[in-house]
Amino acid sequence: MGRTSKLLLSAAAAVLAGTMPALSAWQPQKPIEFVATAGPGGGTDNLARAVQNIITKHKLVEQPIVVVNKGGGSGAEGYVYGKASAGDPYKVIFGTSNAWQQPLVSKVAFNYTDLTPIAAMAQDEFLLWVKQDAPYKTAGDYLKAAASGEFKMGGAQSKDTDEVLTRMIEKAGKVKLTYIPFKSGAETAVQLAGGHLESHVNNPSESLGQWRGGTQRPLCVFSPKRLPQGPKVTATEGWSDIPTCVEQGLDIKQYEQPRTVWLPGKVTPDQAAFYVDLMKKVQATPEWKDYIEKTSQVDTFLTGAEFDKFIKEDLEHVKQVAGEQGWLVK
Amino acid sequence: MENLSELWHGFTIAVTVPHLALMVVGVLLGILVGVLPGLGAPNGVSLLLPLTFGMQPVSAIILLSSMYWGALFGGSVTSILFNIPGEPSSVATTFDGYPMARDGRPTTALATAFGSAAFGALIGVILITFLATWVAQVALAFGPAEYFAVYFLAFASFVGMGGAAPVKTIVALAIGFAIAAIGIDTVSGSVRLTMGVDELVKGVNFVVAVMGLFGIGELLVAVEEEFHARAVSSKIEWREVFRAIGRLPRHSVALLRSAAIGCWMGITPGGPTAASFMSYGIARRFSRRGRHFGTGEVEGIISPETADHAAGTSALLPMLSLGIPGSATAAVMMGGLMIWGLNPGPMLFVDQKDFVWGLIASMYVGNIVAVALVLLTVPVFAALMRIPFVVIAPLIVIICVVGAYSVSNSYLDVVMMLGFGIVGYLFKKLFYPLAPLVLAIVIGDKAEDAFRQSMLMSKGSLSIFFANKLVTCLIVAGLALLLLPLVLQLARLWRKPAAPAAETTAQEKVII
Repeated sequence: MGRTSKLLLSAAAAVLAGTMPALSAWQPQKPIEFVATAGPGGGTDNLARAVQNIITKHKLVEQPIVVVNKGGGSGAEGYVYGKASAGDPYKVIFGTSNAWQQPLVSKVAFNYTDLTPIAAMAQDEFLLWVKQDAPYKTAGDYLKAAASGEFKMGGAQSKDTDEVLTRMIEKAGKVKLTYIPFKSGAETAVQLAGGHLESHVNNPSESLGQWRGGTQRPLCVFSPKRLPQGPKVTATEGWSDIPTCVEQGLDIKQYEQPRTVWLPGKVTPDQAAFYVDLMKKVQATPEWKDYIEKTSQVDTFLTGAEFDKFIKEDLEHVKQVAGEQGWLVK
Repeated sequence: MENLSELWHGFTIAVTVPHLALMVVGVLLGILVGVLPGLGAPNGVSLLLPLTFGMQPVSAIILLSSMYWGALFGGSVTSILFNIPGEPSSVATTFDGYPMARDGRPTTALATAFGSAAFGALIGVILITFLATWVAQVALAFGPAEYFAVYFLAFASFVGMGGAAPVKTIVALAIGFAIAAIGIDTVSGSVRLTMGVDELVKGVNFVVAVMGLFGIGELLVAVEEEFHARAVSSKIEWREVFRAIGRLPRHSVALLRSAAIGCWMGITPGGPTAASFMSYGIARRFSRRGRHFGTGEVEGIISPETADHAAGTSALLPMLSLGIPGSATAAVMMGGLMIWGLNPGPMLFVDQKDFVWGLIASMYVGNIVAVALVLLTVPVFAALMRIPFVVIAPLIVIICVVGAYSVSNSYLDVVMMLGFGIVGYLFKKLFYPLAPLVLAIVIGDKAEDAFRQSMLMSKGSLSIFFANKLVTCLIVAGLALLLLPLVLQLARLWRKPAAPAAETTAQEKVII
């Protein structure tokens, strides 16, 4: 006995300490279901499939993963399914902020508290878009024109993120807009291109092709600072050339759409930790960077207390807007 | 003529050994998912999508679109043989396809369907080739009011010429609209008609409704009436396949009219389902044998199939040039485009010429491959009709249950499907028409959305439906189709005042 044995002992302890959590940590034993709360082809569905693809490619999980679309009822179908699967760690739900926004304004049979939050993985930006040949060059011009005329603003779904932002613009710009809800951002973009609307607030990926094709252009971005430098989209401009809305006199500092990941309620902390860790690993891959860049989103990773804080803040804000509009159901 | 040289360039991309092999694989997989219950083209394509991430975009889209063609063809097989439409757009094919197959002519029914489908697809591709740029502009003119007008036209063309009593048609329509309203409403965002069942927030899926209404409903009637399928000769009838194809040119008027309707509905994004219903309705009105429709009439198969495929093909155009998917499958493919790093939109035709023209060329070749392969399978599928009813009946139940469950892995859907089976049975027994019910379930909510969006835009004034030439023409055409039977009836009454009495007695006799 002496120094060597002491060293051995401590080494053994260190090894044990290192392996213990791994031994007790939860590992999936059967196939995992990724539930996209949107139809095939939308942003949420793309995220679920991109994550599935990355996990399979890098063999991050032993078990196979299947993606299921439950996009009925603006995503409510998927969340209700998650609520009904309480305690089942083999269902991962992919959604947006509508997990906490939808229950506020609509009598759906779930609330975000029925689910276990895992992470917010990416943020989609919002921009103010107008038709290519519209006379206004800045958000200020747009507001001036909107004050005198009857402007139609399109968006995806009713009382959801797009309409909340529209009401915020009304308030900040002291104008009145007629909001027309469509099924998706893609549909809205086409309506603007055809001149049936004056504006919409699509995410970058929803109108990228239209911008390049010269049917519509962004006036400003609802973000505290300009978007990151990237390749040019049109001959002369890229995302980083778009001014922020605050710069142009439309005082809305920040409005973003988080892409969120959830487990059903009543899962163990071990099981939740496994997925948090898994999503972190996904985010470290080059394929993830590629996905973020192609869809023009902002890379973020919120989990635990940070994610909770984000939800609470967003909830308060939406509650205020919804309350002013008389949308609250309870 | 610039387009022609581009197309030629496209052919040099599409007609290579690896791409032809991909087409064969895609078509075969497509036929499989089309025939298998509840899978269908959108699911099949999304299952295959992850496999394409490592491929060249052209190869990937060739594989996926070939699968789409295969699935469109495969979907007609179950509609004709078992009265189970796998896709919304093949519902109208069951109206005459199934009676013909039951009548002992499954080979004729299948070959006619495939032949006219191929013709429709061909017209669709030709349209895309020559009018791509012009067509893209037409679609832009469609705002909510124009959308509503197109849906209205589809309803009117079908309803106005219905064979059933007008009141029964209206009842069936109203039930369909109510079912379409279940779930979340796009315009107000509120939950409607879920009747305390939380899961109903997703709405009623079309496949669930149709499997019950047609598959189970028909089965219940057949069991009650002691189903006897006519003996089908045991020879494999190769000759009949070619004979049926050879007879197609005799119906050239129906073919051309249906292709025109299909292309029109595919470009103005009315979609293949509305196109096939509309085409069937108009054919019944204008065909000389219109009164025989529903009993296994050749033109009753030609019209919906041609329009369905013409629309399905031309629906790919709005997807490429505008980024609006014309169908569910196109929506999945569009997701694929983004993942491959392409952005659907007006610039695609400028930036990605190889991709676009490679795809268009592959549509010519892929459809030829698909129709050749699918015609080879006709005798095999037709042989299924020789299996005794005692074996087939449980199989149909299994197909419907599995199909309903696999829509979204939900038992509620299976229960609803069986419920729809009973509704289908009651409709048949009481002589209520199923077609308006299905049409309202499929496009009822879209028509409602479009109408309410228009009302938001015009602040509640109906004048928006007469605001420009396009929408006025559509609405007037719809009203004309709706009122035509009534006007004809009145004219007949006015000309022959004595006729009504005789007609009533004739009708009474039928009812008795």
